[in-house]
Amino acid sequence: MLKIKNLNASIENNEILKGIDLQVNAGEVHAIMGPNGSGKSTLAQVLAGREEYEVTDGVVEYDGRDLLELSPEDRAREGLFLAFQYPVEIPGVNTAYFLRTALNEKRLYRGEKQISAMEFLKLVREKMKLVQMDESFLKRSVNEGFSGGEKKRNEILQMAVLEPKLAVLDETDSGLDIDALKIVANGVNTLKSRNNAIIVVTHYQRLLEYIVPDFVHVLYKGRIVKSGDRNLALELEKQGYDWLKENVPAQAVHVEE
Amino acid sequence: MADENEFLQEYANREYKYGFVSDIENETVPKGLNEDIIRLISAKKKEPEFMLEWRLKAFRHWQTMKEPRWANIKYEKIDYQDIVYYSAPKSKKDGPKSLDDVDPAILEMYNKLGIPLKEQEILAGVAVDAVLDSVSVATTFKEKLSELGIIFCSFSEAVQNHPDLVKKYLGTVVPYADNFFAALNSAVFSDGSFVYIPKGVRCPMELSTYFRINAANTGQFERTLIIAEDDSYVSYLEGCTASMRDENQLHAAVVELVALDNAQIKYSTVQNWYPGDKDGKGGIYNFVTKRGLCKGVNSKISWTQVETGSAITWKYPGCVLQGDFSVGEFYSVALTANRQQADTGTKMIHIGKNTTSTIVSKGISSGFGQNSYRGQVKVLKSAKNARNFSQCDSLLIGDKCGAHTFPYIEVKNSTAQVEHEATTSKIGEDQIFYCNQRGISTEDAVSMIVNGFCKEVLAELPMEFAVEAQKLLGVSLEGSVG
Repeated sequence: MLKIKNLNASIENNEILKGIDLQVNAGEVHAIMGPNGSGKSTLAQVLAGREEYEVTDGVVEYDGRDLLELSPEDRAREGLFLAFQYPVEIPGVNTAYFLRTALNEKRLYRGEKQISAMEFLKLVREKMKLVQMDESFLKRSVNEGFSGGEKKRNEILQMAVLEPKLAVLDETDSGLDIDALKIVANGVNTLKSRNNAIIVVTHYQRLLEYIVPDFVHVLYKGRIVKSGDRNLALELEKQGYDWLKENVPAQAVHVEE
Repeated sequence: MADENEFLQEYANREYKYGFVSDIENETVPKGLNEDIIRLISAKKKEPEFMLEWRLKAFRHWQTMKEPRWANIKYEKIDYQDIVYYSAPKSKKDGPKSLDDVDPAILEMYNKLGIPLKEQEILAGVAVDAVLDSVSVATTFKEKLSELGIIFCSFSEAVQNHPDLVKKYLGTVVPYADNFFAALNSAVFSDGSFVYIPKGVRCPMELSTYFRINAANTGQFERTLIIAEDDSYVSYLEGCTASMRDENQLHAAVVELVALDNAQIKYSTVQNWYPGDKDGKGGIYNFVTKRGLCKGVNSKISWTQVETGSAITWKYPGCVLQGDFSVGEFYSVALTANRQQADTGTKMIHIGKNTTSTIVSKGISSGFGQNSYRGQVKVLKSAKNARNFSQCDSLLIGDKCGAHTFPYIEVKNSTAQVEHEATTSKIGEDQIFYCNQRGISTEDAVSMIVNGFCKEVLAELPMEFAVEAQKLLGVSLEGSVG
């Protein structure tokens, strides 16, 4: 589904990603871990098409297409979803309207009929149960005045409605208490299927107790320096990232899946 | 960001879809302004003596006045002798008696604008007065309204058929000497709408006037007078468009509203005069004086405006709150794109006791647009327990536009409560990207955010027009921003 080869990206001439290789297949959950500043969020943003980041080298193939050629909105319509680390507030635009617009954009792109207000309401009510959100959120402006946990749940609600093929969850666990974390993880797990894939970007392994990854990659200084199964996450948790610094040679060895 | 600039460029190229010119044969007076021209206009309209005298007084006063320069707008000096002050579609008869007499070319023009004048085709529940260049060409639903004693007609007809009412109220809210443009209007105004709602009557439909400037080199000077007697209610809407012309055209209107005891007037404007091209060539100079007098106790006047057109907008619809417990409201959205300039706001003058006013102003600037809110809240000594709440929000799109706020607050009574809130925000790239990531294009995202920003004001518009206004904001922002 996703093939990243030698991806290099920079922002304002600062090289952040220095040759990422990664392959994600349908039905898989990948976790990307790493210390602060290792490039985890940059990778997520580059995949979603944020223009501030310049891709200086490499290719990204998504569903057989050149992902980097697509505009951010077309990537979204093609089923790529980014759950933001810091979901953005949009004052004055109500959540229901926003979400219905997003869904209809995707439907139109696929040549499907727009969803009616009634059908949408039915759909969204059902999805809201998944993340235990109250219906009153639909009438509120997108993320405005939401608590940190509510914002993250709103991201997962959007994911549930938009049903992406590839979801990238960028530090979705940050700022969540354990109950909220369970709700979010449960939402994600329910959405997991054989046909979609999930990339979980996280600093801590805590989230991975609830969303169990098939593969864990460690990102360090813009490179994937180690890959493994979920035990790698546990090891990291036990040893801390310092262990990595000591054990990873300057020219990191890439582990291919 | 490079991409943002691209959007801004595109934004500059937005299209004005009402810019067509209709081929209608006109009868005009020679260019220029002097007493003879005024006499000629008055004679053409077969006005009673008192009207001519009033016009001449206004003209003589105007000659002593200077064009105001305090507004935050820049434009070339206007040559008042280079303007045609009267232009009317030629008709074979003395003026259309009914819609059947209206020139088909005119009906066609209004159809093209989406304002069908044939009553059976018209939006249900809306009566329309159509003003083309200097004259009213048609008024619909007149008979139905007259059954309730409501008068809805062109100003010219009111002068002929209801001279006592005109004489009693004309200039009582905006005297001819009020300001330069009001004086000019008083001297040369050619038509407009007249509304009279009798005591205890709630007008059952929206009344609306559709103004259109079609002729070249012509100024439009209309005058509207609305009188709401005790315990009455009326909702009135005006819309305006103009042909696309390279030269600037002057529009100097006056609107006077009078609300007596417990009366309510709701006045909504969707202003979409030709704004000029992307380089600021052409467009309407919109210098307008609008004021409502809450004369009676417990009366209420509410102004709602959506200003998207005109090269320059200079208008401050205000309320004089004379009656005790009277209420004044001002809800405004002003959008400036390309080289458009707007200096707009309101005046709330509290005279009576327990009077309240609310001001909600939303300014949107993009391209090289300059948008100023200028508002005055004045609480006189007599206005015990007056209350005002003002909220002025500005939204910037791009980095070459400007937003300015000039609130003037003058309070002479210590029991008054005056609150002012102001915010300035920019449509952020992170907001746009967030929308993009959900499959929403930049253009749609901007229009969604702008509409969200204006929501409180749009909610004040009658429903059909709120939808219109929303679309209009979308069109005006076409090709916009990041």
